[in-house]
Amino acid sequence: MTLLIEQALNGLQYGMMLFVMAAGLTLIFGVMGLINLAHGSLYMVGAFACAAVAAATGSYWLGLVASLIAAAFVGALVERLVIRRLYTRDHLDQVLATFALILIFSEGTRWLFGSFPLYLSLPPALAGAVSLPGGVTYPVFRLVIIAVGALIALGLWLLIGRTRLGIRIRAGEADREMISALGVDIGALYTAVFALGAALAGMAGALVGTLQSVQVGMGEPVLILAFVTVVIGGIGSIKGAFIGALLVGITDTLGKALLPVLLQPVLGAGAGPVGAALASVLIYLLMAVVLIWRPQGLYGARA
Amino acid sequence: MRREAILDIAIFALLVLFALVAFATGQNFAVTIATKIAILALAGVGLNLALGYGGLVSFGHAAFFGIGGYVTAILASHAANYEPLAFGLPGTTQMLVIWPVAMIVAGIAGLVIGALSLGTSGVYFIMVTLAFAQMLYYLAVSWPAYGGEDGLSFYVRNSFPGVNTLAPVPFFAICASLLALALLVSACLTRSRFGLALQATRQNPMRTTATGIRPFPVRLVAFVISAMICGLAGSLYADLNRFVSPASMSWHMSGEIMVFVILGGVGRLAGPIAGAAVFIALEQLLGPVSDYWLGLVGVLLLLIVLFAPGGITGLILREKRHG
Repeated sequence: MTLLIEQALNGLQYGMMLFVMAAGLTLIFGVMGLINLAHGSLYMVGAFACAAVAAATGSYWLGLVASLIAAAFVGALVERLVIRRLYTRDHLDQVLATFALILIFSEGTRWLFGSFPLYLSLPPALAGAVSLPGGVTYPVFRLVIIAVGALIALGLWLLIGRTRLGIRIRAGEADREMISALGVDIGALYTAVFALGAALAGMAGALVGTLQSVQVGMGEPVLILAFVTVVIGGIGSIKGAFIGALLVGITDTLGKALLPVLLQPVLGAGAGPVGAALASVLIYLLMAVVLIWRPQGLYGARA
Repeated sequence: MRREAILDIAIFALLVLFALVAFATGQNFAVTIATKIAILALAGVGLNLALGYGGLVSFGHAAFFGIGGYVTAILASHAANYEPLAFGLPGTTQMLVIWPVAMIVAGIAGLVIGALSLGTSGVYFIMVTLAFAQMLYYLAVSWPAYGGEDGLSFYVRNSFPGVNTLAPVPFFAICASLLALALLVSACLTRSRFGLALQATRQNPMRTTATGIRPFPVRLVAFVISAMICGLAGSLYADLNRFVSPASMSWHMSGEIMVFVILGGVGRLAGPIAGAAVFIALEQLLGPVSDYWLGLVGVLLLLIVLFAPGGITGLILREKRHG
């Protein structure tokens, strides 16, 4: 039972980080109509910025701030230099150009930092574990990640729904010509949205990099899961991204923990490998089911 | 003859010429490079059918490439160990048996993935095909029976009646012939009623529907054929390396096949050959100079997408694309 609670919390934590990634992806797609494969690179940039600043200053907190700033800055720069030219192109060009950006970012980072993984150490306030009701002890840092994810979800909801910038973002989603005719600087708005998505990705990278390790290519598996999340939730929908991310995070984590155990009575000794293989495809099966049932995703607008 | 047809023949002839000159000067390694180009170009020809002519931006074609490779390696390793496969069927090392099996299995995978993903369009289609390929990748990684993460190797290249496949030139001849055959099939298909319907669904699905052609079956058939050609290429690639690993299904591979097509020129018959040749040439030339050659390829790719959307053949023919 304690294992189940622990794994459910792990799934929740994983889902929250996926949400932070997927939110930026879905926002960029919803507003600019751009498919951004380089989102995983921004995640990596955030993680490396955090590791480098934390190593130089000795402060993890400064590292976190640096991850946000660096990813937002790199995001804005890339938007101005490259992405801007792609809005009017078809998806094929967007995929290819952002694939090229991944190659450039990955090799550039390898050149700067080398191929070896970097590790971040937590400040004392975040290290250690707490006892939860029900006799579960759980790492503080993972709880913090869950809280951060929830705060970002709330913040995005307020930003999109309650602020002037949010109104502009929604208007840009609905009709870009009309709002630029109304005097909104659409170029600046796009850069801002892209930088916002990038900053979120960068912070997710720093937080997950602390749990695991910071290395070149770390963004790629997450990017694909974020895509699955966005497809399940519906492109352009922050709410869909939230629900989708939690579904994917919990399904994946619980599947990996429980399937080998659950298959034990049926398959006996072979249950371990078969369960692990099955668990690794579980989220894709989830995606297939959602697509058959609702091709536009759970909260996607009907095409 | 149209200028493009001349260019198609010239590009293919150049590849064969390169292999022959390499053989004549005793550079066996260069023959192997030419073989690699022919095989990767074959995968590109497969993808080009869906992506170039059908406008189906599949980011998951490495799945079919990898399936072809795994079918080949599994059949060969079962034959080598005298272990029967399921239902008591024996393994085999005959290319003439392996190719159809690889193509059929890749085709079935293409049918399932295509049927599930063609209900979506645009960005959804890109992400969904990517996700399904990734699913097969993780399946290959976590399935221990056939090597899991380490991949599966087999020690002798599979055989073809009357040909010594272990020598570089005969194996190149096999691969180049299959590439020529695929180009021919592709050229005939795109000129047929089916090919015209396929291109019509890309240009204007609504108008195509209005003329009485449902886009879905046309697209699905194109997707399956495209998957089968990629499966064949994967089979040859496994034979070239005598090894297959999950990496052949990874999304980097999908991206690379896409790069061959786009670097060469989308929807051009010989585009994938030019694209694969330039990519492999860059790998061979820049690889020894810098460990970060992929980054340079990225820069080049970015410049091509931004400033020369017609790719190499488009640059030579001085037009973006036709159709």
